[in-house]
Amino acid sequence: MSDKVKLMIVDDSSIIRKLIRKYLDEYNMEIVGEASDGKSAVELFKEKRPDIVTMDIVMPEMDGLSVIEEILKIDPEVKIIAVTALSDKSTGIQAIKLGAKSFVTKPFSPDKLQAAFAKLISN
Amino acid sequence: MKETDLHFFIDSTLNYFDEVTEDKAVTGIPYIKSDDPVVLDYTGIIGISGKRKGSIYITASADMLKQMGKVILHTDDLSDDDIKDLIGEIANTISGNVRTAYGSDFMISVPVVVEGHARDISMPEDMQSFVIPITWNNFQSFLVVCLE
Repeated sequence: MSDKVKLMIVDDSSIIRKLIRKYLDEYNMEIVGEASDGKSAVELFKEKRPDIVTMDIVMPEMDGLSVIEEILKIDPEVKIIAVTALSDKSTGIQAIKLGAKSFVTKPFSPDKLQAAFAKLISN
Repeated sequence: MKETDLHFFIDSTLNYFDEVTEDKAVTGIPYIKSDDPVVLDYTGIIGISGKRKGSIYITASADMLKQMGKVILHTDDLSDDDIKDLIGEIANTISGNVRTAYGSDFMISVPVVVEGHARDISMPEDMQSFVIPITWNNFQSFLVVCLE
């Protein structure tokens, strides 16, 4: 059995998905799936059961806040990092209230994302 | 639209280039958009609803976006889809970041991307649109803001 952390990346931007992959490449993790909209994120989550999910908020089909609610019903233990351009405090608070463990605002530096990720895997 | 509104967008734009490319962008003096088109190779458009209504778009050359992609991802291997995605993401991030000033009632749509030199990008006719010229790495692009 692999002891690698299983990561799923959810973002409607392929550039952001590539960037997250690149920034987190140095960690002992396996990217088990990527989704570009909310509905397919929920389906992919059921299939792949990742340990950590990076979750965009503004997405087509189903927004990230609704996806957070859905996937936490499936697995209350999953750790979610909300990654979004919506920089107002209330969006961050809402994501955390729904169960996200961390909130990273776009545009993000490698340090910002790595710090959020490192904190989750150390827990 | 007030002058302070433009400042929010200018700050958000400058922060984007600074954070993502680590290379500062410079904005020129904003002006009211005339009937002359302001469209370059790729354009990312965001609809605004909620407390404020309107639209914003950013338009840039293919060369600028390729250079940005190269700086961000450290690769020359960028597809046309990557470039379209990048201009949409820039529009999304700049407009999402102004929620620091406007709050969560400032609702943004997912980006719509237009490729090629369209005749012009339609903005609400009953409102003035402001053009903010942006220079990054000697490339010129434009942010157009139209808010109620």
